[in-house]
Amino acid sequence: MKLTPIKMAIVSLLIMGTIGACSKSDSSEKKLVLTGSSTVAPLAVEIGKRFESLHPGVRVNVQTGGSSRGIADTRSGLADIGMASRSLKDSEKGLQAFAIARDGICIILHKANIVSTLSDEQVVAIYTGAIKNWKHVGGPDAPITVVNKAEGRATLELFLHYFAIKNTDIHPDVVIGDNEQGIKTVAGNPDAIGYVSIGTAEYDETHGIPIKLLPVNGVAATLENLSNGSFPLSRPLNLLTKTTPTGLAKEFIEFARSKQVHDIVKEQYFVPLAK
Amino acid sequence: MSRSRSDIFLIWALRCCAAIAGAIVLLIGAFLVIESMPALQHVGITRFFTDASWHPSADASQGTFNLAPMLWGTLLAMSGSVLLATPLGIGSAVFCHYYAPSSIAKFYRRLIELLAGIPSVVYGFWGLVVLVPLIRQLQPPGPSLLAGIIILTIMILPTVALMADAALTNVPAQYLRGAAALGLSRWGTIRGVVFPAAKSGIITGVILQTGRAIGETMAILMVCGNVVQTPSRIFDPIRTLTANIALEMAYAGGDHRSALFVSGLILLALIVVLVSAAEVHSKGRIYG
Amino acid sequence: MAEAARPTFRPAHTGFTDTIATVVVWLIAIIVTGVFVWLLSDIIWHGIGQVSWRFLTEAPRNAGRAGGIGPIIVSTLLILAVCIAVAMPLGVGTAVLLAEFTSSDNLFGRLVRRSLDVLAGVPSIVFGLFGNAFFCVYLGMGFSILSGGLTLACMTLPILIRSTEEGFRAVPDEYRLGAAALGMSRTSSLIHLLLPAAAPGLLVGMVLGMGRSIAETAALIFTSGYVDRMPQSLHDSGRSLSIHIFDLSMNVAGGDANAYASALVLIVILLIVNSVASWTSDRWLHKRIIS
Repeated sequence: MKLTPIKMAIVSLLIMGTIGACSKSDSSEKKLVLTGSSTVAPLAVEIGKRFESLHPGVRVNVQTGGSSRGIADTRSGLADIGMASRSLKDSEKGLQAFAIARDGICIILHKANIVSTLSDEQVVAIYTGAIKNWKHVGGPDAPITVVNKAEGRATLELFLHYFAIKNTDIHPDVVIGDNEQGIKTVAGNPDAIGYVSIGTAEYDETHGIPIKLLPVNGVAATLENLSNGSFPLSRPLNLLTKTTPTGLAKEFIEFARSKQVHDIVKEQYFVPLAK
Repeated sequence: MSRSRSDIFLIWALRCCAAIAGAIVLLIGAFLVIESMPALQHVGITRFFTDASWHPSADASQGTFNLAPMLWGTLLAMSGSVLLATPLGIGSAVFCHYYAPSSIAKFYRRLIELLAGIPSVVYGFWGLVVLVPLIRQLQPPGPSLLAGIIILTIMILPTVALMADAALTNVPAQYLRGAAALGLSRWGTIRGVVFPAAKSGIITGVILQTGRAIGETMAILMVCGNVVQTPSRIFDPIRTLTANIALEMAYAGGDHRSALFVSGLILLALIVVLVSAAEVHSKGRIYG
Repeated sequence: MAEAARPTFRPAHTGFTDTIATVVVWLIAIIVTGVFVWLLSDIIWHGIGQVSWRFLTEAPRNAGRAGGIGPIIVSTLLILAVCIAVAMPLGVGTAVLLAEFTSSDNLFGRLVRRSLDVLAGVPSIVFGLFGNAFFCVYLGMGFSILSGGLTLACMTLPILIRSTEEGFRAVPDEYRLGAAALGMSRTSSLIHLLLPAAAPGLLVGMVLGMGRSIAETAALIFTSGYVDRMPQSLHDSGRSLSIHIFDLSMNVAGGDANAYASALVLIVILLIVNSVASWTSDRWLHKRIIS
């Protein structure tokens, strides 16, 4: 191997050149690009795999990155189908949304915490800083660690909407990104309170992680109550398109909403839509 | 010196390489400026430092965009970890070269090389499940500036240790023989001969690690608590500018998204300031 | 890494400061080793049970909770290969220019150096966003291994260049003077003398650069993407190991066990790559200097 610097330089320029040249040439196989919500992404990947196995020659590429990105990419045409873990806002109504599953949000505490239920008012008081110690809600004498979600997350928006509080009124001790980070934070801190997706929490609780799910407004936080519609804090998981879907996108969305994928939806700890 | 044709060709090829390498940062800078333009126009520069808080989800007129607490968070986490990692890293390199028996030194180097490649996610994960609960027992809530400093220190230590190690390797052997001939003790040699000779390499390592400390994202996001506030104690949670981008970018639109690019621009400006300061301080002779 | 010439010290003048220094240096080494052994054993303890031949070869199933990481290993290696193929020549070329052909007060050289210093501090997430805008969208490469590798190449350049440059600076001037006296062209003295002599610095840069790129998450999630299928070309999107670990530990409930196992695999790959690099450089160094 005698790679002189000259050759190296030439090779590197060549590489740059080829990249520029061949970047435009695309393969002719049928490809479906999905981007968006990290909550929906694992589900979409699994649905995509089954869709591929039923439609040889089709490739379903799922990219993650957040609901807003799903919406932006669908608008710009970068993605054939967007994914969003919330309903569309008024400013986004131009897009078409197709719900493929439901997810709920529940309040979680550490398992060692003796508090077993909190009223909606108490939750609001804790999150707005009116109650700062567990002894005021029947718990031990310990300061409450309030875990909040980062700005812009669909979970945060739903939480704020349900409890009718403004994010500017919340004084968190920890701000987290994804669900699992929330669960790990609460599991590592007996004085913490947080809110995460029910499916994730239920999975972790049954697999020995020291957390517990609190009922919201008296309704136990279970996937069952979520699917029969009695649990109040829930959100749809949506697939989005720019216009009325046609061709492959239409087939995929129909497939993702059909009974054929209900087992996948349950496997990912979401609730299939009754159909 | 006479120059052959191949030499001239070589120099131009090398200049092309250098130009490409140098242009990348300009590209990135331009990209950041273009993306942050909407926020700079709608919000204005001063509001990024004078607004009441950081709640940018609403549009420019209603949201608040104060980045200053995160700037402090970044600076504190950076300086804390650099202050810790520099002596530890240099100490590690000195250990390898002048104290450890060669078998231990070899093992130690391999260990450090490995650490350079452990994903930041793994450090963050470890920090979240091991370190943060430990700190919580000391002083709640746990996720804090301190946790961030410790994790950052562990992460950047390999860089400074390996760079210092390479710098020590390059100290000419005759210096050491000279020192031995003068009857200098081990530490006397290291302080009086080795450090001055290896200064350039060590400083390079420190600059690189400072950059990494500023730029680190994922691990910091997992252990620092991410609350937007100016910390008053080392146990207070903080949010750094990088964590701010990583946490919110995927969920941001409009002016909020653009404001996150302003975070990136501030980070870039911070690094430009640092690099210039280093240059002024050494009057451009760091690398000479 | 090359072993330095180790002087022998006669403990004739061992004073109080010397004893203190010895204790402190050993203490540092023990603390650092302790923390890292703690961390590594944690990963090995939790990960080793999952690793098997099937885990290494199978495709992930059920969002990564079950199945293996075969396609993800392939994607990771491909991304790394693209990164090295682009960053090495660019980096070594730039380092040679800065160290050998540019005086320290040369404006061009100083500009390049400063911009590289700044580049070293650009947060990885910014690289990710830039890579997405420039490689994926502007150059039209889409989410692909190519985009990911190129983004990483931009990211690792400063480290690579810096330590290679240090390697060149460490070569004694006698080499250059001797070569000039023999009438060698600068090109051939570079190839036959300086490059081999600067190999240790180059190696450190490579190890650090690869370490940083193989461990990178934020820059890749927007460029090489999330697809966990076996890649068929460099234009395919491919999930890297670090993204897989991030997704499993932060986004998939019950993914921890496989996250640990993936981290273990990542570390072993890195160990292998480092050893091969160090072995090749040793042999190269030997052959050149003898011939």
